[in-house]
Amino acid sequence: MIAELGQFAIIMALLAAIAQSILPLIGAERLDSRLMAFGSQASLIQLLFVFLAFGCLTQAYIVSDFTLVNVAENSHSTKPLLYKISGVWGNHEGSMLLWILILAVFGAAVAAFGRNLPVTLKARVLAVQAMIGVGFLTFLIFTSNPFARLLLPPENGRDLNPLLQDPGLAFHPPMLYVGYVGFSVAFSFAIAALIEGKVDAAWARWVRPWTLTAWTFLTGGIALGSWWAYYELGWGGWWFWDPVENVSFMPWLMGTALLHSAIVVEKRNSLKVWTILLAILTFSLSLIGTFIVRSGLLTSVHSFAVNPERGIFILFLLAIAIGGSLTLFAFRAPSLKAGGIFSPISREGGLLLNNLLLSTACATVFLGTLYPLFMEALGGGRVSIGPPFYNNTFVPVMVPLLLLVCVGPLLPWKRADLIGVLGRLKYAGLATILAILLAWYVTEGGPLLAILGLGIAAWMLLGTLSEWADKIKLFRAPLSTSWQRMIKLPGSTWGMTLAHSGLAIAVAGMISTSAWKVEDVAVLKPGETISVAGTDYRFDGVRELVGPNYQAVEGTFTVSQNGEFMAVLKPEKRLYNVQKMPTTEAAIYSTFVGDYYAVIGDQVEDGGWTVRIYREPMVTWIWFGCTLMVLAGLLSLADRRLRVGAPAGKRKQEKREQKSQRNAAA
Amino acid sequence: MRGLLLFTAVLFLFTVNSDPVQAFEPDEVLDDPALEARAREISKEVRCLVCQNEPIDSSNADLAKELRIVVRERLVAGDSDDDVKSYLSDRYGDFVLFRPPFNTATFLLWFGPLLVFGIGGIGLIFFYRGNKNLKLANPLSPEEETRLNQLLDENEKTKSSNSGETS
Repeated sequence: MIAELGQFAIIMALLAAIAQSILPLIGAERLDSRLMAFGSQASLIQLLFVFLAFGCLTQAYIVSDFTLVNVAENSHSTKPLLYKISGVWGNHEGSMLLWILILAVFGAAVAAFGRNLPVTLKARVLAVQAMIGVGFLTFLIFTSNPFARLLLPPENGRDLNPLLQDPGLAFHPPMLYVGYVGFSVAFSFAIAALIEGKVDAAWARWVRPWTLTAWTFLTGGIALGSWWAYYELGWGGWWFWDPVENVSFMPWLMGTALLHSAIVVEKRNSLKVWTILLAILTFSLSLIGTFIVRSGLLTSVHSFAVNPERGIFILFLLAIAIGGSLTLFAFRAPSLKAGGIFSPISREGGLLLNNLLLSTACATVFLGTLYPLFMEALGGGRVSIGPPFYNNTFVPVMVPLLLLVCVGPLLPWKRADLIGVLGRLKYAGLATILAILLAWYVTEGGPLLAILGLGIAAWMLLGTLSEWADKIKLFRAPLSTSWQRMIKLPGSTWGMTLAHSGLAIAVAGMISTSAWKVEDVAVLKPGETISVAGTDYRFDGVRELVGPNYQAVEGTFTVSQNGEFMAVLKPEKRLYNVQKMPTTEAAIYSTFVGDYYAVIGDQVEDGGWTVRIYREPMVTWIWFGCTLMVLAGLLSLADRRLRVGAPAGKRKQEKREQKSQRNAAA
Repeated sequence: MRGLLLFTAVLFLFTVNSDPVQAFEPDEVLDDPALEARAREISKEVRCLVCQNEPIDSSNADLAKELRIVVRERLVAGDSDDDVKSYLSDRYGDFVLFRPPFNTATFLLWFGPLLVFGIGGIGLIFFYRGNKNLKLANPLSPEEETRLNQLLDENEKTKSSNSGETS
């Protein structure tokens, strides 16, 4: 009965979305305020019904209702409750429903927070947002119904893939989806602006918080996913240039570009056409990413035929969404008036160069991900594209971008003096040279490219910090003045400093762990010791464990350096009862300078155990840096100037300014 | 099975039947550390043909194990790294290498990024030229010029007097 309620709810949500995508548009055209206001109501109704449907599916998972195909195929009665709930989106149908739920939440949020938006713009944004909803809801209802029933329900379910039975599943997909779907708001704003034929600084100020929200969550989602892969897969890798990763990375690259170009629209009323295009492209990449994974295209062109119904539907939706928006763009963009003029060497010029490099980087990933598909489709044979390709193409694009990260913010608007700006970075430059020498000394002359890479990271960090010190006049004014200046820095400035520093720290971690990772494999009997990179791992033996839905073998290692005890590592090897699939739970001892990572494998004939040990230098810096970037996004969001619907403070400030001006005049 | 977005991958695409941890085994390791290091480097660039986007270095499929042993046999026989790779691609096709070959079919792949950058760069140049023309199209008249300077001077004066008052 509850499943039927869910079924009913998604159909009602579809009807609400259809009405929402048509009526407010007509209202905006005819300036009919009732029709325009309908957009807000409909978005709330849509959210209500989608939420109800999601609740129904969750209920079916919690009570293990195996009369539903979806639950029977992906759940099991002995599964722990956490994985019963997170298992709702651990499958195709459920994850589509989550996507739609987040889309509806964003739509309702625009309706709720957008009170001071111009009514026509708001109506159009909500209509476009609803159109996306219509596309996804029809896809869900007609090709991927999560509420389909089984005539002969099985006694128990087939369980969730053991690799997914991890707390990571509870957080990673929802965060990633908030990121993906969040860009839909920027997209809707862009389309609405094209329909209105008006883009101005106010428009950019409304778009930026939404883009920032999406970017923050996408950053967090990707970082969380890479951390999950790092500890769950059991061989210490954190990024594989896997197509599934790439499709989440592309919207991130484009979204980062969008975030930067929106600044130019907001502050200088320039680059409007380009920013609109970026908003369209960013969300298009989110769509391509979601759909390409869903359609099975990634494995091979041939697997597309496994479920042609879904595949064709997806292609059709992509063609309408991307083709339609780009066509609208081509027709309406020329009518948008160009804004302020600037020279190539200026803040705007720097941001534009940032956009060019990020777009090139994104195109590189796009080619690497989709080229094999095109080649195969055109009968050109099959090729594999892996890390060697990206090392040769992606990395060279990133190097200039990273080098310029700390230069751009120092450039003044409109026209800049590059020599002067570089002069302000002379201390950072000197310190960078020292950092390179230090890295060279510590690593005893390690690989030159890696040391130079660390130099780039140091330059980014030191340059960013020196720009910050410049801003608060650190050491050039009394400390109390610096303190005053510091606490007065706006949230978005803090966000920029923190995000760039986080990126520098993450890059340092990536380079170190790629260049100086040490791994070893051996067969050990209890009592034996293996030495990896100057650290001793004594294998103390194994014991059997019984989990809620798995059996496990747990090994114990005592880690020590020069006879000094450091940690005890207890890696597990699990066999899940239902799917009979073995998984490994690596044991990791994390420190500031690196991770000590142990994995236990199979027992061999003579009684020894296969043991894998990894030493990952500075690997946690990657996720620490990403955490800083997420914090930076949140800080920027908290900036009052960005918060739409919070103008009270600004008004107060203006009054204060007027008063002080009056005083000055008197 | 591997890949960052485990869950998306697992959803419905790939049947996961491999133990993710297996990979190169102790019994395969060559005695000569230099040769073994080269074998590991090559293994990371060779794709396991029966897996989803996974190098033979970390795959536990039987085929991957065979290929790892082939790589080591060729190295022991005195092949260079490139010899080993071409030995494999002759037998299994380009698909087996994670570094796509450079030929007419992959020309766009390798030069695509440069092409995008070039087109974008040319677009930028045109954009800045258009900017310049825009500036030249509406020059200030001499009267406007003097008026502007006058205003700027006044602004400058009030600013300095203001700051004098507050400090």
